[in-house]
Amino acid sequence: MGYETIIGLEIHAELNTESKMFCGCATTFGGAPNSSTCPICLGHPGTLPVTNEQAIADTILLGLALNCEITPRSIFHRKNYFYPDMPKNFQISQYDIPLTANGWLEMEVEGYTRRVGITRVHIEEDTGKSVHIGESGRIHGADFSLEDFNRAGIPLAEIVTEPDLRSPEEARAFVQLLRATLEYLEISDCKMEEGSLRCDANISISVDGETGTKVEIKNMNSFRALHHALSYEEERQRFALEHGEKLTQETRHWDDAAGMTHPLRSKEEAFDYRYFPEPDLVPIEPDQAWVEELRGRLPELPQERLNRFKSQYGLSGEIAAMLTGEKALADYFEKAVQTGQDPVELAKWIAGDLVALLKEAVVPIQTCPVGPRGLGELVALVAQKIISGKMAKDVLKEAFQSGKGPREIVDAGGLSQIADAGELESVVEEVIADNPDAAEDLRQGKEQALKFLMGQVMKKTRGKANPGMASDLIKKKLAGD
Amino acid sequence: MAISIEDVEHVAKLARLALSDDEKETFRRQLSDVLEHARIISEVDTSGVPLTSHPLPLVNVFRHDRSRPSLPQDEVTSNAAWAEDGAFKVPKIV
Amino acid sequence: MEINFQEAVEIADQIKKKEYSAVEATEAFLARIEEVEPKVKAFINVSAEVARERAAGIDTRIAAGEDPGRFGGVPIAIKDVLSTRGVPTTCGSRMLEGFIPVYDATVVQRINDAGTVMLGKANMDEFAMGSSTENSYFGPTRNPWDLERVPGGSSGGSAAAVAAGEAPWALGSDTGGSIRQPAALCGIVGMKPTYGLVSRYGLVAFASSLDQVGPLTRSVRDCAALLGIIAGHDPCDSTSIPEPAPDYLAFLKGEVKGLKAGVVKELSSEGIEPGVLERFNATVETLERLGVDCEEVSLPSFSYGLSAYYLIAPAEASSNLARFDGVRYGYRAAGESEDVWEMYDRTRSEGFGGEVKRRIMLGTYALSAGYYDAYYAQAQKIRTLIMRDYGRAWESYDALVCPTSPSVAFKLGEKTDDPLTMYLSDICTIPVNLAGIPALSLPCGLSEGLPVGFQIMGPPMSEMKILDVAYALEREIGFDARPPMEG
Repeated sequence: MGYETIIGLEIHAELNTESKMFCGCATTFGGAPNSSTCPICLGHPGTLPVTNEQAIADTILLGLALNCEITPRSIFHRKNYFYPDMPKNFQISQYDIPLTANGWLEMEVEGYTRRVGITRVHIEEDTGKSVHIGESGRIHGADFSLEDFNRAGIPLAEIVTEPDLRSPEEARAFVQLLRATLEYLEISDCKMEEGSLRCDANISISVDGETGTKVEIKNMNSFRALHHALSYEEERQRFALEHGEKLTQETRHWDDAAGMTHPLRSKEEAFDYRYFPEPDLVPIEPDQAWVEELRGRLPELPQERLNRFKSQYGLSGEIAAMLTGEKALADYFEKAVQTGQDPVELAKWIAGDLVALLKEAVVPIQTCPVGPRGLGELVALVAQKIISGKMAKDVLKEAFQSGKGPREIVDAGGLSQIADAGELESVVEEVIADNPDAAEDLRQGKEQALKFLMGQVMKKTRGKANPGMASDLIKKKLAGD
Repeated sequence: MAISIEDVEHVAKLARLALSDDEKETFRRQLSDVLEHARIISEVDTSGVPLTSHPLPLVNVFRHDRSRPSLPQDEVTSNAAWAEDGAFKVPKIV
Repeated sequence: MEINFQEAVEIADQIKKKEYSAVEATEAFLARIEEVEPKVKAFINVSAEVARERAAGIDTRIAAGEDPGRFGGVPIAIKDVLSTRGVPTTCGSRMLEGFIPVYDATVVQRINDAGTVMLGKANMDEFAMGSSTENSYFGPTRNPWDLERVPGGSSGGSAAAVAAGEAPWALGSDTGGSIRQPAALCGIVGMKPTYGLVSRYGLVAFASSLDQVGPLTRSVRDCAALLGIIAGHDPCDSTSIPEPAPDYLAFLKGEVKGLKAGVVKELSSEGIEPGVLERFNATVETLERLGVDCEEVSLPSFSYGLSAYYLIAPAEASSNLARFDGVRYGYRAAGESEDVWEMYDRTRSEGFGGEVKRRIMLGTYALSAGYYDAYYAQAQKIRTLIMRDYGRAWESYDALVCPTSPSVAFKLGEKTDDPLTMYLSDICTIPVNLAGIPALSLPCGLSEGLPVGFQIMGPPMSEMKILDVAYALEREIGFDARPPMEG
């Protein structure tokens, strides 16, 4: 039985325009409920939508970055359904004539290249937010809900992929690459935890080439959750197939706490959206000049930058992927390269120690206390053998915490305060081995020998050894003999 | 074009209308009449005829991406039947 | 009493000349309202205090030598389908009983800027769905020409108010004839502009691709004037024509010699009451005497207009009215609901009247899976055919004419049993909305003591020409628009 996992994704990205899609309310985040609303985004009687030009430009830009065709004439449709977070009980969206379609995105996953087809990228408006009031704060078991329409009307770009992904890992890699792409284009904050990037998936298992039952998975709120949910679902479906069980075409909800998917018990099975062209808006016909102007504004995209980092700087695929996965990080790296230090070394320090420090302190690279020049300084110190690699780790930590430059820290001897016991120990051993007479003298109790040996240790460590620690180590070593 | 009670019930559900049995039957009858009358258009040959979803030849009507002040809090919920701390309150969803 | 039947343009002039004040004008109309409202019931809400305040403000400006607006001090009635900030707007429905909008419709802002004084919100068929104003939650309006008869609909309140001298002019809305048909039945002038000429921002939507706001007036001059105030581009309405509107009043001459008019065959024969047809034909003869070349023209797709309309309009309405769910504003069913779905169902069933529910059901059906192509899509294609028919006609004719309504005002309750019978009232007016073209109804005489309307249609943006034809006819016909009411 040849099983193959087939995954397609539907991703929504909130665009970071200044105002909403169809009205002038600010696209704020986290303000008091309904503090950024107006008659239009509240769906008051008589109000009408007017399209945000920037949102259209951003969507076209995204389409171009995803190698899509720009539809010469596209229209808005109404998607009709009732829900308390819907101000009009219809969503202005796009249906069979989206703004862009038929693109692709190539990504590297675990050593091979996968080209993922992009079916379409279209634009629509976001809904409001429900807060469920009850014991658990979740929708099941709530007594009532509170509706906040601050989010209603924020522009959403919807990206639909072809079912070209073949594993949960590929799915994750794809969403990460898409996230990076959105970041590079500067059109979205794209934070899954904040909800500005949302992902649903369709997964099925084909058996010997025959299409399987498609299951939709919702509520995956992080990259980790995406991977877990799809892995779980993949396993669940395979198990069912292996045991001759029938799979239902349904929508399932990922329960992160329980680590499993459940069928979505929805009261509303009647999902007939009754799409029809939005009569309050006119068609969009982007002219060639506009499209070309936008194409000219495309920055170097993540995959391109990754390839360039490999060829231009000689970085490994893994390190290059790590750096280019976040635009600000890649920018940081390239600024650091300008200091003239070895790019491979710089990359190693950034991708390793620096990122670890940032993660631990929950600080974004944009506000890293150690700037690209500082990092260059550090790498230079190691290259010039002024400090060892091991010491440099400590210098970096100190620089990160204090905000002082590496050179300053090294010069101030601040390093000497950071006693590297392991290294010092090996220096002490060396010195004792090199100076057997003095060692013997000290064993005999001659205090001057200690001074001499200390001097040798200081010489060897260029004065950076912590004197107290060095002295203790010498005595300990000799005592232990 | 006769429609059934089931059709009426399905449509009422989509439209979120609660109908009494009498109303269902009345609507069933009336809708059937109107649709029967409207059937006349199904006889017209419209092959190759495009839909008019927009009577005007306007395209590309946009506004600049600029924010302007939103409604003051008190006006937002001034017409709401049930509101709490600036949010609209509804009975449970599930 | 004279002032109550004066042209609005005249009133504006008199106020500017200080013949009387804005307050005096307003009081005269408020008095008339008080006198006849018990019989006519043209208003849902008479906002007397607001009116007096505004009128006083106008007088202050005049006294200070400031510009009170082009029509400063002239009272006006506004169909209760238009959003008026701080003044209740009900759309003739329980669903919006007590609803107080937080913004003004664009057209309301424009008539305010022109200095007019709103007397109140006029009665209408609920959510503009109807042809008799019998579908109003607040009770029907009566025709000032015969209080046992309907004023037409859905802008019945606006038409009756003007006809009865309760307001010099009024704003209404027209989706399938809702300005023109009541204007015809009440013996006044009513006009639906080209789709997109007048902003829909603040017009509570019925059928978005068909709705337009327009004037109901005593005279063609007033119609030109009011149209001039409200027409022109609005950035808040994406379907608004980009240009500013011409000054119709200034250019109104009534020169029609040499024009060609087509008499629409499909709308001028069977289904039309003999009395109406007689008045219509007589008016065509008048038109010819004025030098307009009239001949019969066939527009075959018009036979399908009614059916197409009764699929497209309810479809769009079913979507537009989905927002009425009790969450953010409007009626909410009393008592505890099991869940939000029950709240929706009860709110909408109790808040909407029968005709509205019927059309929502019809529209939802026409859009639903499996029926979209046969009904909604097919109707929109018929619409294209109708537009093509008109397009062909404009190559040969400057205007097209037909009776506005197939009958004179019918009795209250006469057509309420069978929706289809009521829908047939719109047979002559509907094709105009489907094509998005302008049309005006002019009172052209009486049949059995009741007014008959003459409809003049023109190509897109031909309002000036239509007004000229109407102006010339009006002078020639000399119709006395004053109903024989006591007092």
